[in-house]
Amino acid sequence: MEYDDVVDTVRELFFRAETQLGEDVVEVLRRAYESEDNPVARSNLEAILRNIDAASSLKVPMCQDTGIPVVFVEIGRELCIEFDLKQAIRDGVEKATEEIPLRPNAVHPLTRKNPGNNIGIHIPQINIDLVDGDSLKLTVMPKGAGSENVSAIRMMLPSEIESIPRFAVEVVKNAMGKPCPPVFLGIGIGSTFDGAAKLAKKALLRDVREMDDFEKRITDLANELGIGPMGLGGRTTVLGSFVEIGYCHTASLPVAVNVQCWANRRASAILR
Amino acid sequence: MEHILETPLRIDDILSLKAGDIAYISGEIFTARDEAHLRALKYMKESKDLPVNFDGGVVYHCGPLMKKKGSEWVAVSAGPTTSARMNSMTPKILERVNAMGIIGKGGMNKDVVEALRNKGAYFAYTGGAGALAAQKIKKVRDVYWDDLGMPEALWVFEVDEFGPLTVGIDAHGRSIYQDVMEKIERKYEEIIRRF
Repeated sequence: MEYDDVVDTVRELFFRAETQLGEDVVEVLRRAYESEDNPVARSNLEAILRNIDAASSLKVPMCQDTGIPVVFVEIGRELCIEFDLKQAIRDGVEKATEEIPLRPNAVHPLTRKNPGNNIGIHIPQINIDLVDGDSLKLTVMPKGAGSENVSAIRMMLPSEIESIPRFAVEVVKNAMGKPCPPVFLGIGIGSTFDGAAKLAKKALLRDVREMDDFEKRITDLANELGIGPMGLGGRTTVLGSFVEIGYCHTASLPVAVNVQCWANRRASAILR
Repeated sequence: MEHILETPLRIDDILSLKAGDIAYISGEIFTARDEAHLRALKYMKESKDLPVNFDGGVVYHCGPLMKKKGSEWVAVSAGPTTSARMNSMTPKILERVNAMGIIGKGGMNKDVVEALRNKGAYFAYTGGAGALAAQKIKKVRDVYWDDLGMPEALWVFEVDEFGPLTVGIDAHGRSIYQDVMEKIERKYEEIIRRF
């Protein structure tokens, strides 16, 4: 594995994530379309499905908000990397921005100056984990701002465990049509203030067809609200909820809800 | 009911729309989001001319993904952005310019509903449907304020039957979002009582 392999893989992964949704995501969107009888809800879900087809056949990003680049890296313990892996990922993002192209979304938080290449301090956001084995797994998640902006974290009390679903429903209700519903919820429970948010984002990497009873309960509760596709009313508001947990201090219960739009864009590759 | 509209819009067009109707818009539309709204307000304060004539115009809450082919810009992906971010700036702008349509996603608040009364309408386009929207953009006529960056610049698009759009807020003070929101508030109260 050379420096350029990482650069090209990152570029390729962004291309895949931006132009094609995973089959699990498409499957739950199709099911949602079939379950709606409200004509406005149906017309919006139909536009979403048609848009997914258009993006993959025209090979263009499905949404103009091509997201802020988030990259997850799993490094096999037996692997020896003799080059600057982070720089290779940054170069891959820059290449993707120019060639696909991606919208230059990354700006300085205060001056709002846009360098035009999606590269800046801590961007792309790179999350590195050490795992067993001798391979390198790269996962990209271009994350849109509409849904990121309505995400929330709350330092709950240990006595409030029963209210976790209520908090998730509150986040969905406050978001209304802003995050491009139907949405996915990544929920991080436990860990620390920052750790819960990280778990919430990681939860969004899961196969969206599989939920446990707790996750289904949160999803069903949120769907009772009737916000519907694009906030115009309907049955489908949340397509799935996914929980990741981490141990926390005995005095605390951090809970983070990371909202993801219907375009749950992710792509992975393994390099050896 | 379905409407095919042509820009510049006329007040009769606007008054014929009802929340929940479907519409398609052809002609010239202008993109503007957070930074372009801020700059427009600044220009108005300083009595400076705006770069385009908004009379009967349609403002599209969109930060498009653009690509330059030779000397021409083309829209690659250009769906709507979240309109609520422009809630506080929109009534101030509508006091000064006679734009009659807003295209966006997610709806706008009560102040905007009032600002649009007898004057304009808000059209919802499916959020995230950027590839589909770009197909309806036939030509990129101009770009102003490009120092704000690609998403925040003011782009002038020529569109052909842009839609389907849902009339989210009509000129008679009706908003689908308010109707849905009232139902949601009631349902929310019922859900939290279970905890």
